[in-house]
Amino acid sequence: MAKFIMITYYLLTAFIATLFFWNFWQEKKKIDRQILYLLVLIPLLLRLLRIK
Amino acid sequence: MRTKIILLICLVFILIWPAIQLYQHRHFQIPIVAGPGVTRVTKLSHYLPALKGTMADTWIFWLEGQESGGKALILGNSHANEPEGMLAALVVIENGLVERGTLLVIPQFNHSASRATRPGDGYPLYFNIDTKWGKKKFRMGNREASPLDQWPDPDVYLHYPDKQLLSFLDARNVNRTWPGRPKGLLMEQVTYAAMELIRQEKVDLVIDIHGAETMFPVTNCIVAPEKSAKLATMVSLTVKATEKFDNHVEPSPPKFRGLSHREIGDYSDAMPFLLEAPIPFLDQPTGPKTEKFLLDGKDPFLLRLSRKNKLFVPYDETGWPIDKRVGQHLSVTLEILRQYSRRTPERSIIIHNVPRYAEVVEKGVGYYFQDPSQVRRDRIYLN
Ligand SMILES: [Zn+2]
Repeated sequence: MAKFIMITYYLLTAFIATLFFWNFWQEKKKIDRQILYLLVLIPLLLRLLRIK
Repeated sequence: MRTKIILLICLVFILIWPAIQLYQHRHFQIPIVAGPGVTRVTKLSHYLPALKGTMADTWIFWLEGQESGGKALILGNSHANEPEGMLAALVVIENGLVERGTLLVIPQFNHSASRATRPGDGYPLYFNIDTKWGKKKFRMGNREASPLDQWPDPDVYLHYPDKQLLSFLDARNVNRTWPGRPKGLLMEQVTYAAMELIRQEKVDLVIDIHGAETMFPVTNCIVAPEKSAKLATMVSLTVKATEKFDNHVEPSPPKFRGLSHREIGDYSDAMPFLLEAPIPFLDQPTGPKTEKFLLDGKDPFLLRLSRKNKLFVPYDETGWPIDKRVGQHLSVTLEILRQYSRRTPERSIIIHNVPRYAEVVEKGVGYYFQDPSQVRRDRIYLN
C-alpha cells in the first residue's frame, strides 16, 4: 500500500514537472516567468532524480 | 529560443552543483572500528527481513561478556542531528570491555536520517572530531528519515496502535513510531525490528541517547516512565553527587505516544531511559548553524537569552562543548548499568574501559577513536 502511494506520488511529481517545463517552453516573452518556472522545477527534479 | 537555452544551461548548472554534494553526503561512509570488546556484529534486518537492502537497515554491535548476565541496548542517532548519542555509542563500541552480561549498541538507529540533511536550516553536511591521528569526519544528519526512503508524508500522522494524531513530519521520526509494526511505514518497521530485538533477546535496559534545545524544558535530563523512575532517580542523584553535573529526571508522559521512553516499557519487559544533553545548535534564535557551533555550543544570542533567564540550563561564554555532552551521556549510561547491576545481581552487566564525564571533558571525545587505517580491515564497519 505504502509503495503504491509512493509510486503515485512520483508519477504526480513527474506530471507536474512536465507541466512546468511545458509552461516554460511556451512562455515566449516574459523572461521573469521563464526563470520562475525553472526555479519551481528544481525541487521536483531533485526528487525525481532521487537526490533529495 | 536563445534565452531559453541559456536559462536551461543555468538550471542544469544550479541543479548539478548541490546535487553532487547531496549525493556524496548520502553515500559518505563513516568507518566504525569494532573495538576489542565487540564479539559480533549483526544487522537490524535480522529481526525484520523486510528492512534488508533498505537505507533503514543498520549495524548492531554486540559486546558479550564471558559470564552471562543481563542485556542492555544503547541507541545513538535516533535523531541524527543530535550526534552526541552516536559519538557516545561509538566510544562504547571502540573501547568497552564487557566482563559480564551483554551490551548491544546501535550507533545509527535512524540510518536513513543520518544520510539526509535539514532543508532550510543551513546545516553543515559534515563535522570533524579532532583525534590523536587527525580528524575523524562524520555525516551530520537530520531529525527525520530521508524522504527518499519514506515518502510521501501523510497530512497528519496517525500513530499505531494508539491512533494519536501527530505532526505529518513525525511519520519519519523514529522517536514517534515506537512500537512500530512489521508492515507499516519504513520507520515503523525500524522500531518494530528494534522491539523484536528487545523482546527476543530479553533486553533488560534500553538507553536512547539524544540532545535537546537549551530553550526546551526537557533537556539535561533522563526521561523515564514509572517502571524506570526509581533507577533514574538514583542515577541522577549519584552523578550529581560524585561527578558534579546536573541531570534531573523527567517523567515520561503516559498520554504522549510513539516515544521510546513510553512504548518500549509498555510493549516489552525492558526498562527504557531517554537521555538528553543540551545541544545549543538545535535552538532557533541563534547565529549561523556552523560546524564550530555544533561542536562548541557557543552562541552570543543564547548568551543574552541566558542572562534574561530564558534558558532551561546554565549557559555562559564556555557554551556546551560536545565533549561535555558526550561525557555526561557516558557517565549516565554507565551509572544506569551499575545501579541496575547492584539491584539485580543475577542480571548484572559489568563493563570496563569506557570513560566517564571528567575524563572525556579532559581528553576530548576524539581521544577515544582509533585510526581506521591502522586497524585490521575485518574490524571496520562502514556505516
Ligand atoms: Zn532527540
